[in-house]
Amino acid sequence: MNAASKAFRGAAAITGIGSAGLGDAKGFSEMEILSLAAQAAVADAGLKMADIDGLCTCSGSATMWALPVAEYLGIQPRFVDSTMLGGSSFIAQLLPAVHALMAGDCTNVLVCYGSTQRSGSVDRAAVTKMRQVLDPQPYETPYQPMQPISAYALATARHMHQYGTSRAQLAEVAVAARQWAQLNPAAFSRGPLSIDDVLGARMVCDPLSVRDCCLLTDGAGAFVLTLADRAKDAPNPPAYILGNASETWHRQISSMPDLTVTSASRSGPRALAMAGVSIDDVDLACLYDAFTINVILFLEDLGFCTKGEGGAFVQDGGIAPGGRLPVNTNGGGLSFGHPGMYGSFLVLEAVEQLRGAAGARQQDGIEVALVHGNGATLSSQSTAILATEAAL
Amino acid sequence: MNAPIQETELPAAPAAVGPDAHYARSLAEGRWKVQRCNACLRPIFFPRTACPACGSTEYSWFTPNGRGRVHSTTVMRRPQAAGGDLHLCLVDLDEGFRMMSRVDAVDPAKVAIGDRVVAALIEHAGAPLVIFHLHGEGA
Repeated sequence: MNAASKAFRGAAAITGIGSAGLGDAKGFSEMEILSLAAQAAVADAGLKMADIDGLCTCSGSATMWALPVAEYLGIQPRFVDSTMLGGSSFIAQLLPAVHALMAGDCTNVLVCYGSTQRSGSVDRAAVTKMRQVLDPQPYETPYQPMQPISAYALATARHMHQYGTSRAQLAEVAVAARQWAQLNPAAFSRGPLSIDDVLGARMVCDPLSVRDCCLLTDGAGAFVLTLADRAKDAPNPPAYILGNASETWHRQISSMPDLTVTSASRSGPRALAMAGVSIDDVDLACLYDAFTINVILFLEDLGFCTKGEGGAFVQDGGIAPGGRLPVNTNGGGLSFGHPGMYGSFLVLEAVEQLRGAAGARQQDGIEVALVHGNGATLSSQSTAILATEAAL
Repeated sequence: MNAPIQETELPAAPAAVGPDAHYARSLAEGRWKVQRCNACLRPIFFPRTACPACGSTEYSWFTPNGRGRVHSTTVMRRPQAAGGDLHLCLVDLDEGFRMMSRVDAVDPAKVAIGDRVVAALIEHAGAPLVIFHLHGEGA
């Protein structure tokens, strides 16, 4: 471990978490549920909003989102990071936030996000059309891809072709997520779900059925970061940040170097090296499951199994309650909720488990959690290692 | 300095345009042209101002032979009102680049990874578009 990694490891911790408007937030605006989650996270950290002098946030629609958020919350942040990499953003924002804390640029950073994509009145077709103007992809758009699912379907088809991964193995990911969600009262989809249900569900983009796809829900998630010495005074056990690394190789699926290998294969090992832990030390994995293929790709790329073995890893309840590795214990984007960008909820679940406060779904002996965010069409990957004080 | 603006004849050659416009203009003229890096000789797709592999800004345009292989494939299941099911794929061209496209004139569910395909230039929504047709093995 180099000196910079050594200094980073455990320098800061997550001391507060909050959520609001989960599932269906009808009657509330995006900013309102974001603010409710932020207030909950700040209170959970034992702080007041006036103590927040660093802000990380971004939005799928507003280009200057940090400004209205700071204005609404009534804060005057000295450090702002509004980097927008899609759903991985709130993991990727950890590194600059911890650096800012270490440098003394600020003392308490609030990371927050909210979306009312389910209940809101936004005309999604109009937004899609506008995006094609504001953010053109002239070499893909004329073929009318249904993004992002079409890109994930192409990656899935290729993984199945190269490694014999089956639709039943993909379905295992969705069923495991549902079984975890059944243990989580805050999860959106908690009804029974079988492998056959997933296989027989309506096809959206072959080979992905609607049950291979994440939910479209409302929701806001927020958390607070502070330096380790201050974290000790927080009301709840701190979740220390041991490492964080991000990497991006492409934006468009047609430019992805290999459809079966994501840049998690680099961000993961780098985050683990920073943290000074091996993949075998990881007690809990929170993997961005926008689609079932994601979990299989990330289990492989992060090193939980070798390339091509992800299907076998998840088979026979491998990542379900009682399986070989607890993955997405909140129910994930597939069954807990997915409000446009899911990244902050990966962190929230890891912190709950590290605190031992996850209720019926709490796993024993969770000391090291790996949190992995994904953005756009497998385009941006960010891995963070969080841990209890015992694992420092 | 406020030098008077000289009135000059417009050059006969078309004005210099960026790679995107050059690509689109060629297609509109019925010619599919793709960049090739003059330094490392790799094809560049999509068009860029520099080779993403080696960084060279020197490139030429060539006409691909249009033959390739389906690298991955999906059927986008859409309601009839939205145009019905539509094919989408990534094609690896024999000349060494990959692009998004679709295979026309065949049941989209019948297109398989590894299928040989050949490009065709069609008009879609008033603009030229490179699509593919199945092409027997050995093509």
